[in-house]
Amino acid sequence: MKITLSDEQRLLLETAQSFFIDRCPIEQTRKNMSNGKFDQSLWQEMVELGWAGVNIPEEFGGLGLGIESLVPIVESMGRFVVGSPIKSTAVAAGLISSFGTYEQKSIYLPRIVKGEIASIGFIEENGAWDDGFVETVAELRDGGFSLTGKKCFVTDVDCSSLVLVSAKVKNETNIFIIETSEIPEGLVKREVVIDETVRSFQIDLNGLFIGENQVLGSGSNRLADLSSLLLNAAEMSGGVSGVLQLTVDYLKNRKAFDRLIGSYQSLKHPMVDILISSEALRSHLYYAANCLSSGPDKEAEIAIRMASASGSEAFAYASDRAIQFHGGFGFTYDCNAQLYMRRALWCQYQGGDQVYQKKLLETLLLD
Amino acid sequence: MSDVARIEIEEFREEVRNWFTENKPQDPGFLLPETFMEVGTDEQFEFLRDWQRKVYEAGYIGISWPKDYGGGGRPQIFQDIATREMVTQRVPFMPNTIGLNWAGPLILKVGTEENKRKYIKNILSAEDIWCQGFSEPEAGSDLGNTRCSARRDGDDYIINGSKIWTSLGTYAKYMILLARTSKEKSSKYAGLSFFLAPMGVDGIDPEPIQKLTGEYGFCQTFFDDARIPADCLMGEEGDGWKTAMITLTFERGASGGQAGGTSMMELNAYDVLELARRVRRNGKLAIEDTYVREKLVSFLIEFRGNQLMSAREKVPGLTGDWPGAVSLSGKLRNTELRRRLTQFSLSLMGANAARFVSENSVDGGKWQRSYLNSFSATIGGGTSEIQHNIVGERVLGLPKD
Ligand SMILES: Cc1cc2nc3c(=O)[nH]c(=O)nc-3n(C[C@H](O)[C@H](O)[C@H](O)COP(=O)(O)OP(=O)(O)OC[C@H]3O[C@@H](n4cnc5c(N)ncnc54)[C@H](O)[C@@H]3O)c2cc1C
Repeated sequence: MKITLSDEQRLLLETAQSFFIDRCPIEQTRKNMSNGKFDQSLWQEMVELGWAGVNIPEEFGGLGLGIESLVPIVESMGRFVVGSPIKSTAVAAGLISSFGTYEQKSIYLPRIVKGEIASIGFIEENGAWDDGFVETVAELRDGGFSLTGKKCFVTDVDCSSLVLVSAKVKNETNIFIIETSEIPEGLVKREVVIDETVRSFQIDLNGLFIGENQVLGSGSNRLADLSSLLLNAAEMSGGVSGVLQLTVDYLKNRKAFDRLIGSYQSLKHPMVDILISSEALRSHLYYAANCLSSGPDKEAEIAIRMASASGSEAFAYASDRAIQFHGGFGFTYDCNAQLYMRRALWCQYQGGDQVYQKKLLETLLLD
Repeated sequence: MSDVARIEIEEFREEVRNWFTENKPQDPGFLLPETFMEVGTDEQFEFLRDWQRKVYEAGYIGISWPKDYGGGGRPQIFQDIATREMVTQRVPFMPNTIGLNWAGPLILKVGTEENKRKYIKNILSAEDIWCQGFSEPEAGSDLGNTRCSARRDGDDYIINGSKIWTSLGTYAKYMILLARTSKEKSSKYAGLSFFLAPMGVDGIDPEPIQKLTGEYGFCQTFFDDARIPADCLMGEEGDGWKTAMITLTFERGASGGQAGGTSMMELNAYDVLELARRVRRNGKLAIEDTYVREKLVSFLIEFRGNQLMSAREKVPGLTGDWPGAVSLSGKLRNTELRRRLTQFSLSLMGANAARFVSENSVDGGKWQRSYLNSFSATIGGGTSEIQHNIVGERVLGLPKD
């Protein structure tokens, strides 16, 4: 089992690390949170760095890398609990690049490279992760698809121009590209979600009629699942690093009974366990990224689900302990530990928690 | 890496693979110890010593040690390949671990030219077995509390006191010994000195101690006016703590330079998976049990995480925020995983888990024995609690307790 990082990926990692340190201190995220607005200038700067087109083929103006090359960017972002549409945009771009017709690629991809945002709507009110439970239906008639259903947890859809949604055609789950301009006023509603850095919406698709040429090739739902899961794990890996640093800093400065609290083993030892889980998670993550670069095969699925399960477990524990180890301050809105805790819950329950991932791994590894 | 080097490495990999395939010893027909800390009978010892000698003569340990002293004089990568192959092919481990992995590299790093000529080759060939005299009844985790005394008398030092938990004590020809040469120093660390001591002199008596499994494997070593030559002193009198700490960096894998080879029997999550496919828990195959399946997956993830960590840590750009995190936590991660894995393995067998080494037990009782033996590594070489302190303080920079 090898892990490699190409020169381009290393460059992306270095750029992303310093970009988010300079550009996204947590105070900035808190400001965005409190006014609920989309940080347009941040997105614009990311687009100018070429990040909107990382995984778009060169012939359509992108960098021509795979979705796995977003991992270093999303991971670096996750450290500072930044909210950004980069994940959904990259997943959408990857799906169109891999499963779109030539016509679809030429219509949509150049727009994404220029900074038009794409959001994704895979989950529904039933809260299921498995796309077998998708209830939205796309019925083929009159040379187009008529949609019925609702999508939840669609992030930043109010500023995106495209939204990719899953829907069933007979028994098969397919993915459709919708122009947000096609969605009538009033059918998009803001949702209150646990991670306040995330701007989440519900879309009522009932009555929407879209063109026959707005469906992606079959099998795209598998890539949709695995690529979102990979970026989700990247975000968790960054989150664990961030919250570990936050807690270690506190433990080195806060005193109780005339001693720095970091000298108490009941705090020190769990921090070591968190460090180890963070190191393991990063290793699973970059290995999974390597695997996905050669396609969403079984090995990639195993690696991604392992990364996801490790991520959920590590982030849940690290953020939970972060609150406890900050004492009374940990219980406040002001303490950044809560941002990580809420992000951990968001990531874990959006991607599919560790119990779910392990259940799928049982079949993949044991049977 | 140049193409020439790449080809040379590939050829070596092939050569090593073939050699171990052809020379891997047959099952000896008696239970082998699981780690170098549990060599308890003469037949176990002779078997393992012969094996180490054979591997050395074939040129597969000490590959990166200097040629002048009996090593192979080649880059570390060749040793890494050979060691990897020993793990993959599950050949027996090297009994002279203390010589190969801590005394040896220590001598190469701070020993005199004479030390190197005298000791290194025989460490590699297992001609001279080494043991470690650090722990005492009143000084284990708190090693600075060492009381065993060494008093200078002419050209000798006279040693009195005792060392405990001495692995390989009855087989060893030499001991790396930490002893107190002065009681009047400012701190408890200042009066300690480090010796490369012969075991064969009058007044040194290693007495076997029975382990929790009922077997033997380590000793209490008594010193009763034992005279050792003064030139056994390593470094200056009073510098022993510093030397002991260097030894521990080798022991804990925090610095490289070890001779290679393995020091315990490989046992990993896939072995337990294989077991789950053939034993029954409460009427059905263990692998069909929901509890077992869930735990197995968690273990497979954890095991792979450990494997991938070493790979990831070497990738430029991915080394991580905390230098030393992977190498310094290695002992803690691997030994604790082994303990929990073997503990779990028993739960696969239903009521038969309550058996012990005997014909009626699953795999002859190897799993029960393995679980009990797993504590050798979570206690020996610095307990898991102490390892947590080390990683917390050295890697995360948390204050000492
Ligand atoms: C199989 C085996 C082989 C060994 N071989 C050798 C050998 O060859 N040579 C040699 O010199 N030694 C050897 N040892 C000794 C080993 O290094 C010591 O047993 C070990 O360092 C623990 O010391 P102790 O036994 O005195 O336990 P103690 O130090 O008394 O520890 C008792 C408990 O207290 C905990 N504890 C102690 N201090 C702290 C602290 N500061 N913070 C938190 N918890 C703490 C420990 O983790 C442990 O759980 C061997 C041990 C074993 C089990």
